[in-house]
Amino acid sequence: MTSHQAWSVEAATVILQAMPAEERLMLPALQRIQAVFGWVPDESVPVIARELNVSRAEVVGVLTYYHDLRQSPPPPVAVQVCVSEACQAVGARPLAASLEAVYGVPLGETRDGVEFAKVYCLGNCALGPAAMVNGRLLGRCDVERVGAAIAQAQSVLA
Amino acid sequence: MTRIYVPRDSAARSVGADEVARAVENECGVRGINVEIVRNGSRGLLWLEPLVEVETSRGRMGYGPVTPGDVPGLIDGGFLEGAHHELALGVVDDIPWLARQQRVSFARVGIIDPLDLDAYRATGGLRGLQRALQESAEEIVGDVLASGLRGRGGAGFPAGIKWRTVLEAESLDKYICCNADEGDSGTFADRMLMEGDPFTLLEGMAIAGVAVGATRGLIYVRSEYPDAIATLRTAVDIARVDGWLGVDVMGTGRTFDIRVVEGAGSYVCGEETAMLESLEGKRGMVRPKPPIPALKGLFGQPTLVHNVLTLSAVPSIIADGPGDYQALGVDRSRGTQVFQLAGNLARGGIVEIAFGVTLRELIEDFGGGTLSGRPLRAVQVGGPLGAYLPAEALDVSMDYEALADSGGLLGHGGVVAFDDSIDMATQARFAMEFCAVESCGKCTPCRIGSTRGIEVIDKITAGVDRELNLVLLEDLCATMTDGSLCAMGGLTPLPVLSALAHFPEDFHRPPEVTP
Ligand SMILES: Cc1cc2nc3c(=O)[nH]c(=O)nc-3n(C[C@H](O)[C@H](O)[C@H](O)COP(=O)(O)O)c2cc1C
Ligand code: SF4
Ligand code: FES
Repeated sequence: MTSHQAWSVEAATVILQAMPAEERLMLPALQRIQAVFGWVPDESVPVIARELNVSRAEVVGVLTYYHDLRQSPPPPVAVQVCVSEACQAVGARPLAASLEAVYGVPLGETRDGVEFAKVYCLGNCALGPAAMVNGRLLGRCDVERVGAAIAQAQSVLA
Repeated sequence: MTRIYVPRDSAARSVGADEVARAVENECGVRGINVEIVRNGSRGLLWLEPLVEVETSRGRMGYGPVTPGDVPGLIDGGFLEGAHHELALGVVDDIPWLARQQRVSFARVGIIDPLDLDAYRATGGLRGLQRALQESAEEIVGDVLASGLRGRGGAGFPAGIKWRTVLEAESLDKYICCNADEGDSGTFADRMLMEGDPFTLLEGMAIAGVAVGATRGLIYVRSEYPDAIATLRTAVDIARVDGWLGVDVMGTGRTFDIRVVEGAGSYVCGEETAMLESLEGKRGMVRPKPPIPALKGLFGQPTLVHNVLTLSAVPSIIADGPGDYQALGVDRSRGTQVFQLAGNLARGGIVEIAFGVTLRELIEDFGGGTLSGRPLRAVQVGGPLGAYLPAEALDVSMDYEALADSGGLLGHGGVVAFDDSIDMATQARFAMEFCAVESCGKCTPCRIGSTRGIEVIDKITAGVDRELNLVLLEDLCATMTDGSLCAMGGLTPLPVLSALAHFPEDFHRPPEVTP
């Protein structure tokens, strides 16, 4: 993942105040916070509520609604495996099972800094099974291809 | 200088197009050969990606699928002159798969560098907007009506009627919202168009803005499409610099500007009212209709909501008049549909062709049968809320009405093929699971019913009170169909019940052989 800033109320306030007027809304605010800090710490909720003049409950409502918003720090490597129909048709289920076996972790969990998540379609449905590793789209995946992309992502970080 | 095209489309990149482009550059550099590498969109022959094209006097010669390791041999073999090679495909425009298509919305995708505005103009771009700026609002809306264009996002509502409603709505503040959430599995045409020819979408939106009197446009793009988002944002900047977006569109004193907004991973945010909530920065909860978005949409203002493909069909309809478009298609399905062939097919990709092509032509002639070589068993048309059709049903005409008559729906035009290794009870279970994960939570039948559905299907496959649970499943589906506010809960029964209807044997296996 790209490097992130350390959390501080001051930094968050600066970011929120610099947002253009038309984007001073809850979801874009949360997305900005996540882009800068890598996740949305609990402490950011009152800051957003104050800056946007909304209730904390509303901010939490939005934060918990969207799959993309993270309430804990991101792993160094995020792997998204497509589990939708077009990829199922070309072996997404066996691929997911092999990844779980090889990395010893079920989809939805993190181990040794590698997070495996399910994703419902990456728009690469003619070249499935599809996966994404730290934002890089892969087609015609097997365990080796995904593994190589994970190793490459790790070497970039090392 | 020889011009070489290596696609920048993310599907092409997912199988190595960047590495191939680098290899071409390096190999030519080492040999002191001067070449110009253009990163075009994808032609949509996805099974051939990375598909490299070389410009020659005979036309653009194709080679594919190319790996970086193939590059030295290709150059040795004279591919820079378009020479024959085992990867050679001949003149790309003449490949029957492509030559048989009727590309309107995708006319430019794969042909030009997506961000080269001169190339866009040279291939007929901006004629539609120029014409729209000289016409009255009523004339433009009349053209859209006359073209017969219907919404490509799923519901198939006549576009012109929506345009007229927004035009007649009184407000100083109106919006054009492009739905680029493309959540349906098996669909990728919005993505390929946004990555491969973003100016067409922007031009379509600008024409819509001029027609209905909106000054602001928003494009809501799913976060799974980072390349599309980046391409669109750059395209908007280029259009502003060129003066056809912004405060003085082509010097007419009219204002129309576009902002690209990123989604946050929610399927139901593709439903238009949930998308509007999300664009307002809130939870993506579906709003009851009425009021319809055309009258009370974004921030309560009249809003024209359209899918990417609907808006992208507009520039050519306005530039060339509605007649050409209307002349294509069958019955009440006019023009072309951008079909997306996906799943277990030998030749997957984009097939833009007039409505009325049969599913068999798509699967067999274009798709080339299954990738695995095993018998075809089922085809899901229209995304995760679409029906599973059996291999015997391939003669259906691909248009809105014929598909509805055969118990299916066209949706966003996705066609996903499965071979005989698929278990349809597992697919039915997945449909329920997807609904449970993605439900916005407003209606009980959708939120709770889907979880119940998973449990009931599990009991059926496990052989627990099978007949009783099959009845229960049908009841549950009826409750979801009748008691859901939107098509998420309302149409999830479609894949479930079609699987049950066409493949009952998969629900009646001895439990020990159920996968
Ligand atoms: C659950 C659900 C998801 C939808 N997802 C999309 C989508 O991803 N893209 C889209 O254009 N329309 C989607 N729609 C349809 C929209 O509600 C709406 O009909 C469409 O954007 C209107 O544009 P059109 O007239 O161009 O079809 C979805 C509908 C439902 C119920
Ligand atoms: S049917 Fe489901 S997704 Fe649609 S409004 Fe109801 S709960 Fe939300
Ligand atoms: S279904 Fe897997 S990428 Fe679309």
